[in-house]
Amino acid sequence: MTLLLALAIGVLYAAGTYLLLRRSAIRVVFGLALLGYASNLLVFTAGRLSREGPPIVPEGAVAAAATSADPLPQALVLTAIVIGFGVQAFALVLLKRTCQEAGTDDVDAMREEG
Amino acid sequence: MNTLLVLPLLVPLATAAATILLARSPRAVRTASFAGAAASLGAAVALLGATRDGTILVTQAGAWEAPFGISLVADRFAAAMVLVAALLLAAVVVSSIRGLDGARERAGYHPLLHVLSMGVSGAFLTGDLFNLYVWFEVMLMSSFVLVSLGGERAQLQGALKYVVLNLVSSALFLAGAGLLYGSIGTLNMAGAAVALRELPAQGLPSVVASLFLLAFGIKAAAFPLFFWLPASYHTPPMPVAALFAGLLTKVGVYALVRVLTLVFVRDTAFTGPLLLAVAALTMVTGVLGAMAQGDVRKVLSFHIVSQIGYMLMGLGLGTRLALAGTVFYVLHHIVVKANLFLVAGAMRRAGGSFSLEKLGSLLARSPLLAAAFLVPAVSLAGLPPLSGFWAKYLLVRAGLEAGNGTIVAVALAVSLLTLFSMTKIWNEAFWKPAPAGAGAAPAPLSAAERASLLGPVLVLGAITVAIGLGAGVLYRFADAAAAQLLDPELYVRAVLGARGGGT
Repeated sequence: MTLLLALAIGVLYAAGTYLLLRRSAIRVVFGLALLGYASNLLVFTAGRLSREGPPIVPEGAVAAAATSADPLPQALVLTAIVIGFGVQAFALVLLKRTCQEAGTDDVDAMREEG
Repeated sequence: MNTLLVLPLLVPLATAAATILLARSPRAVRTASFAGAAASLGAAVALLGATRDGTILVTQAGAWEAPFGISLVADRFAAAMVLVAALLLAAVVVSSIRGLDGARERAGYHPLLHVLSMGVSGAFLTGDLFNLYVWFEVMLMSSFVLVSLGGERAQLQGALKYVVLNLVSSALFLAGAGLLYGSIGTLNMAGAAVALRELPAQGLPSVVASLFLLAFGIKAAAFPLFFWLPASYHTPPMPVAALFAGLLTKVGVYALVRVLTLVFVRDTAFTGPLLLAVAALTMVTGVLGAMAQGDVRKVLSFHIVSQIGYMLMGLGLGTRLALAGTVFYVLHHIVVKANLFLVAGAMRRAGGSFSLEKLGSLLARSPLLAAAFLVPAVSLAGLPPLSGFWAKYLLVRAGLEAGNGTIVAVALAVSLLTLFSMTKIWNEAFWKPAPAGAGAAPAPLSAAERASLLGPVLVLGAITVAIGLGAGVLYRFADAAAAQLLDPELYVRAVLGARGGGT
């Protein structure tokens, strides 16, 4: 499972970086989204991937069983997903307006007037 | 709960809410916005007062003990940054009364300003790396909207570049935070500082440190990651640009200083020379870019990049004097740089253009404006007795003491080139007669315009002069702040209590 996720994260980073280097602005914004997902998954895996029982501290113990997954990175990722969603929505609207104003989505062709 | 630590976050939030509720009346919005900025300033002064003697204030949010909860921490450096940020916010609010069009003001400009201010203060005060990410996003979201507010074509294209590069930076930062958590199990800065002592200095900590260097380097606009800045900072209205120019890149510098003096302190053989090389290249490319420009705003934008190099230079040298130089430089730079952008706004109003070719004879038209430009311009270039001279003096001296002649030579040469491009603006915009065919000169500034556009400029100018004449006071403060930064144990003990101190 960890290997699968590691591969998925690697592919997402690679695809995200590739898209970021494109000239078409819409691809750049998709690239940003993929980079964001890759980072989210990375944080998620940092908390151990395991289905061995809930991370609840048993009566009398001071820490949960070492085999259960750490819930904190999962909470962090939830925050990051929400933030990422908002930011991507804004980036898409900005992209749409920019392309309308500039008449192209080619970032090289977007030169300021004057 | 320490109220002093929470106020710099709550006051802007409350002000933002109030300015949204009052949106029907522009006058009420402005009054509330100014009152909020003044209250932020008061809160920041109180915070600085409480940390001046070396106390490190700590509050654990939600009473969850560190390293599990989120800590808010204020040491001398953080408190001083909060104060300068609040000062700048107040200046920008006043300047916006005339420096901004009504359409933007109605579109939610004032609430955004205060949310931005909250994000900046949060980034200065947080003691948790993931929380720092969240404050960065709060700050970025409002800055995204502020930079594109108005929707002019140039603005949108600049905003797109700004948004893309900053989001890449956020993704890198998040990845770094994830890797760090995976290896040490905490993101509390003090907790991480303690946990990293157990690990070998190279290896994973260096990988994470590099990711953070990249992420904060983009935000600070360091070489070779600065391209978004000159592509976007000249596009929004000048009060917005002034706020960005003064504050946002400095939040990146602050994060670099914090992380490299507190968390990743052991691999300085790797970070030190790297930072110095980046610093030198940042200074040189920034100033060369500035010399090639013919638009006041672009000249000033490139100078931000060049000045970031000086701040990194102090951090790269890493001695107490060098860090004091960095603290001094950051504080001085925020005031001076924002001031220059505000002056550029006033020059546009008085001369009808931002282009050096089209401007002219501003000295005859408005001697007050000329004086207002001269003070920050000369200070930026580093002529005595103004604040910039002392900031550079500290760094140059630290470089010589560390025996690093190259970086000192670069710093001095870049300083000379800075002076050159400031004299270029002076010659072209103020001395040269107005070019023929420029059309009729715009109407002279009315009394209200003078108060709104030149008032904040003169106040910030007076502060620059005061820092220059009373440099000893700020130097002693910067030195004390640097001493605090160089002893991470103080920070760790303040946050974790006795538990963290012993290990």
